[in-house]
Amino acid sequence: MNEIETKRNQWEKNLLNKKNFSKASTSWGHDLDVLYSPDHLKDMDYLEDIGFPGEFPFVRGVHPSMYRGKLWTMRQYSGFGTAEETNAHYKYLLEQGQTGLSVAFDLPTQIGFDSDNPVVEDEVGKVGVSVDTLRDMEIIFEGIPLDKITTSFTINPTASIILAMYIAVAEKQGVSPEKIGGTLQNDILKEYLARGTQIFPPGPSLRLIGDIMEYCKENVPRMNTISICGYHMREAGCTLIHEVAYSLLDAIVYVEEALKRGIDIDAFAPRLSFLLGCGMNVFEEVAKFRAARRLWAKIVKNRFKAKNPASMKMRVFSGCFGSEFTASEPLNNIARGTIMSLVAALSGCNAIHTTSYDEAYAIPTEESVRTALRTQQIIAYETDASSVADPMGGSYFLEYLTNNIEEEVEREMARIEDKGGILKGIEEGSIQRDIARQAYELEEKIQSGEKVVVGVNKFVSDAKEHEMELHQPSKEVKEKQLSRLKMTKAERNNEAVKFALDEIRRVARGSGNLLGPILSAVHEYATMGEICTVLKEVFGEYEEVV
Amino acid sequence: MNRERSSIRLLLAKPGLDGHDRGAKVVASLLRDAGMEVIYTGLRQTIDQTVNAAIQEDVDVICLSILSGVHKELSGKLIAKLREKNAESIPIVVGGVIPPKDIPELKKMGVMEVFPVHTSFDEILGFFKDRFKR
Repeated sequence: MNEIETKRNQWEKNLLNKKNFSKASTSWGHDLDVLYSPDHLKDMDYLEDIGFPGEFPFVRGVHPSMYRGKLWTMRQYSGFGTAEETNAHYKYLLEQGQTGLSVAFDLPTQIGFDSDNPVVEDEVGKVGVSVDTLRDMEIIFEGIPLDKITTSFTINPTASIILAMYIAVAEKQGVSPEKIGGTLQNDILKEYLARGTQIFPPGPSLRLIGDIMEYCKENVPRMNTISICGYHMREAGCTLIHEVAYSLLDAIVYVEEALKRGIDIDAFAPRLSFLLGCGMNVFEEVAKFRAARRLWAKIVKNRFKAKNPASMKMRVFSGCFGSEFTASEPLNNIARGTIMSLVAALSGCNAIHTTSYDEAYAIPTEESVRTALRTQQIIAYETDASSVADPMGGSYFLEYLTNNIEEEVEREMARIEDKGGILKGIEEGSIQRDIARQAYELEEKIQSGEKVVVGVNKFVSDAKEHEMELHQPSKEVKEKQLSRLKMTKAERNNEAVKFALDEIRRVARGSGNLLGPILSAVHEYATMGEICTVLKEVFGEYEEVV
Repeated sequence: MNRERSSIRLLLAKPGLDGHDRGAKVVASLLRDAGMEVIYTGLRQTIDQTVNAAIQEDVDVICLSILSGVHKELSGKLIAKLREKNAESIPIVVGGVIPPKDIPELKKMGVMEVFPVHTSFDEILGFFKDRFKR
């Protein structure tokens, strides 16, 4: 090792330093050497620090055979205007070989407003499908056997209501809840930080999450109850280091909530999953996933004393960073999506979403979604990316970056924990301010050209823009939704609804689990808005720290 | 409305339900760094709240950040509400995910300027300095 170091120093002095070369650093500002060699990894202990896939600390992947055993799940985010259109689209995707569904809801559904609420009139069916009552969910999954597929729900403060509706649809199909599976995003902390669909203050929000974890452990064991998201913070402008640090700190809050309820770490940690993003820096991103897996495994094992190795596995769903997609020259985004998806595959991600090239503007069209899905299929079946577990592991540079990211993340986590933890930071707004500052610094780098974005700040062409065929929500979406809501309300038993809502209020005031009462209410076709109104009465509403 | 002020005063609002505030916050920092006074009202502001705040705060311009595709609907409503309150002299500027083909339409409705994603800092600063000279 010493000989390598000596020789490398000689090489630097005699050869390298005689040439002119530009400086390079990581996206978080760590200066890079021109070359990495074994002496950069002097302190590395292969068996302890890296090991084998499927074994602690899971750096090389969570499954022993990785994609040879099971290819990643190809999961495209979608949800269109009406429930009927969404249902048809899902059937189309399943026919095209997609292996899991992912539901995009419109904002009123995500924030707990009914479609007939005047506050939301312009947003019904805009960024996803609208759900007011169980009737909508019945239509969305009509003819799709819920025991044969898994569904990922991008839903947060209203996750308990959507989960209840999904269970109810399964029951109506004759499928028992223990047979259904999927993922609830259900990560409220990142909503306060980056995504903005929060309804209730953090305390009651965490209670709802705890209720879901508790309920699913008993009744819906195949449901991944939280997908802890770093993705959105990064999209909001934070660095790669903070993406991982905030995710892990949020995850710790959720684990502590579960432990507080007396749930054993090994009973629920295996159902946690993570959503991290993939950007354009190939080595940084692959190293990030590897470092994140190592960090999480150590936290669960050492801090929370888990015994079951499954608890220590960080299963990751990865999406391409849409914020790195450009509105100008949108076809370039297909190249970006390809690189990012390849990176996700090389990182050993367990599910991948490829962002469609037109997503900088709108919900993707059928054509752009197909191209995105084909991108993944090309990577999976035309390249050798899936042949070997952790194919990039062992690269001196990659291992060096993995170690560096781990150190930086640990430092940032310690800094936040020393100041009272992430929950306190969210309540005071300091984390939000940190993210905003990082976003501004990143934007300054793009403005100055230090961070190159092809077609935006370099190689800008005057050529006429390629006219995109954008997805247009059909004009009837809202009318249809409103009339269905009206009809459902007319047909239901209003006495039973009132009784069910009173029961939710009663349980919310106490400390019982809310899932049972919510399930009863959705069975009676109580609306999303009615249930949320009751919860707001009891829990209050979150006030943003601006 | 003509009280002496040394700097431009802007109201920056995110109407509608969309929670993506990265752009709004970046622009707020940019304009503040340039010495302008920015009142950022936070997420999920209704049109009524936005107009009332603009009148109360006596701002020179209202800036809307919209990324959820409802820019035409919300801009139209804001303009109507300003008229209703006899405050149509307050100009409005829209930023966010705005397809190029919608820009002329927004301007025809009465939007003073549109800053789609990737607009340069220089262009934004230049615009406010030129149009709102003190």
